[in-house]
Amino acid sequence: MTYQDPTGKLSEKLLDRAAPDRAAFEDLVIVPLFAVVVALILGALTMLATNVDLATIGKSYVALLNGSVGSLNAISETLTAAAPLTLAGLGLALGFRAGLFNIGAEGQILVGGMATVIVGFSFPGMPAAIHLPLALLAGAVAGGLYASIAGWLRAATGAHEVISTIMLNLISYRLIDYMLRLPFIQREGRADPVSKSVLESAELPRLLSFIDPNLRVHAGIFLMFAAVAAVYWLLFRTRLGFEFRTSGESPDAARYAGMRAGLLIVLVMGLAGALAGLAGANQVLGVLGRATPGFSAGIGFDAISVALLGRSHPIGVLLAGLLFGALEAGGRQMQVDAGVSIDLIGIIQALIIVFIAAPLLVRALFPWGFSKLTKTSKE
Amino acid sequence: MLNKTLRAAVAGTFLATGAMAADFTACQVTDTGGIDDNSFNQTAWKGVLDAQEKLGIDGRYLESQAETDYEANINSLLGGQCDVIITVGFLLGDATAAAAKANPDQKFSIVDYAYDPAIPNVLGQVYSTDEAAFLAGYLAAGMTKTGVLGTFGGINIPPVTIFMDGFYNGAMYYNAQKGANVTVLGWNPDSREGLFTNNFDSLDDGRAFAQNLYDEGADIVLPVAGPVGLGSAALADELGTDKMKIIGVDADLYETDPEKGYVYLTSITKRMDSTVYDVIERTMNGQFVGGLLVGTLESGGVGLAPYHDMEDLVPDELKAEIETIRAGIIDGSIKVGG
Repeated sequence: MTYQDPTGKLSEKLLDRAAPDRAAFEDLVIVPLFAVVVALILGALTMLATNVDLATIGKSYVALLNGSVGSLNAISETLTAAAPLTLAGLGLALGFRAGLFNIGAEGQILVGGMATVIVGFSFPGMPAAIHLPLALLAGAVAGGLYASIAGWLRAATGAHEVISTIMLNLISYRLIDYMLRLPFIQREGRADPVSKSVLESAELPRLLSFIDPNLRVHAGIFLMFAAVAAVYWLLFRTRLGFEFRTSGESPDAARYAGMRAGLLIVLVMGLAGALAGLAGANQVLGVLGRATPGFSAGIGFDAISVALLGRSHPIGVLLAGLLFGALEAGGRQMQVDAGVSIDLIGIIQALIIVFIAAPLLVRALFPWGFSKLTKTSKE
Repeated sequence: MLNKTLRAAVAGTFLATGAMAADFTACQVTDTGGIDDNSFNQTAWKGVLDAQEKLGIDGRYLESQAETDYEANINSLLGGQCDVIITVGFLLGDATAAAAKANPDQKFSIVDYAYDPAIPNVLGQVYSTDEAAFLAGYLAAGMTKTGVLGTFGGINIPPVTIFMDGFYNGAMYYNAQKGANVTVLGWNPDSREGLFTNNFDSLDDGRAFAQNLYDEGADIVLPVAGPVGLGSAALADELGTDKMKIIGVDADLYETDPEKGYVYLTSITKRMDSTVYDVIERTMNGQFVGGLLVGTLESGGVGLAPYHDMEDLVPDELKAEIETIRAGIIDGSIKVGG
């Protein structure tokens, strides 16, 4: 009977049984892909609505492509922007997997970056092979400890991590303002809050400066790839990762299985904070060379989008980080070449998130892009 | 150095006599706060717009949304597409110096930063803002009913605090002349400490800081923080100008913020538009030389905007005194340095 089915529904059913991950694959790959396309189309409509002519819109999207992957410099800028987003995004993804909605990456980046800067300028004469790892470690430890506060509050008192991490963000802003005015941190001869410069021995070296000194891509991208691998290994190859995921999927089951929920929460938050702290370290050691009040630049909040877009999977987070990095680098080129406002890139990013968050909407818009069975499958 | 200048001059004459210089592109990197901030960035961008209109050049800009953008933004303008790159703001000082040293053939100009020693391919644009702010301080001291003036800044950096210095010293000069006892809140020129929002973009902060100063008795407030001051203007709009007046900075805010224009007693103008225009014209004519361009009260680079709607409120006697002091500052008989 089966071969008589003209619509092929049955064969799809069989296929679904053979490859149960098909629906998951669609959620992971096709939905984000369409979300990007729809966002770009809606972005064009937004430009049209604000009296930008068609030629300029075309030019701006060409610039978006050129500025993100069109040249060596573009790729270098994309990678430079992607590294901190991916690092912080990985931390948040870890939290999401364990059922913790951590909004505090921004504060953890600031605190981690600040600790890194202090180590980075404090040890003149130390060889780079020790100084750089020490500075990175300081960032990870400080970020991790700062985030653990929220974890501990959750575990010990039940204070919700959304609230406590937001509050810790606000505290970190003022803490950085204060610390940057301390005499041993503030740069000599400056009255504004700006730290001393990181010593060369602690800098993340630029990788392509022998080709062109303006290429900014630095060793932080190795940090990014290493972190992706490490988080993947942790989540899917270790017992701790299994416990994280179990307590995220079903806290009751985790408790019933004898997992210590409180300790897990503190651990997850600590690891998430360490990754965010590394993102901060990456910025101050690779890009800025110093700390100022705004050096986190909203990366901690963009990283939430990155983690969501990447579906909290390490590889997905990497791809999402690269996409956001590309949007940032390309957006700059858009402004230069076509004179389109940089705010438009913000709109496009937001639209991508909206569509990612509403997979059913994307499926309804592009029914031909998905197997029909998915309607009945778990969504 | 001289040789280089000579060569540049020769090349410039050649260019000017040869083809039309229509392919000239001036590029600008703004500071945070946005290009439409009614104040700092907008004034500098106006210089490029003016040059576009009068000199027929091409102008491009990149907005910095955060301090992390400075270097990246300058980078995306490198590569020969810009004849001159103008960076707007003291905080871009480090990034501009790094880019200028890495790209010695690219001409740069920076607003509000003077390099010491000078970098041969950077022309700094700086302003004796304290001269104009001194006049504003004197004016405000003459106009206050509570005897308390207020000021706050964006970030504690020289191009911001020079406004506050001049304002403070102008008010003290009024006290000395008239035997009055006007106080200035928000800035201590000796300890170099004062009120700072630590950003150049939060209108909420502008409102909150003005409210605090108002609560302490201030009825005239000078916000030196670009668009942050628009938040203070909104508060003055609600309270009414008899309770609070605002002094604008950078542009004539009566013109750039017309909806709330009536709350501004005057503005301390810092004519970045005219120096930016000047830099572009010089570069086009091949007269670009690294160093400094200084805007003063005498050159018109800084000044006091008209009183506009407050014209009738300001006593004629006070207006005349301001003019006398202006002349005194220009001829050097009055020192604005306190």
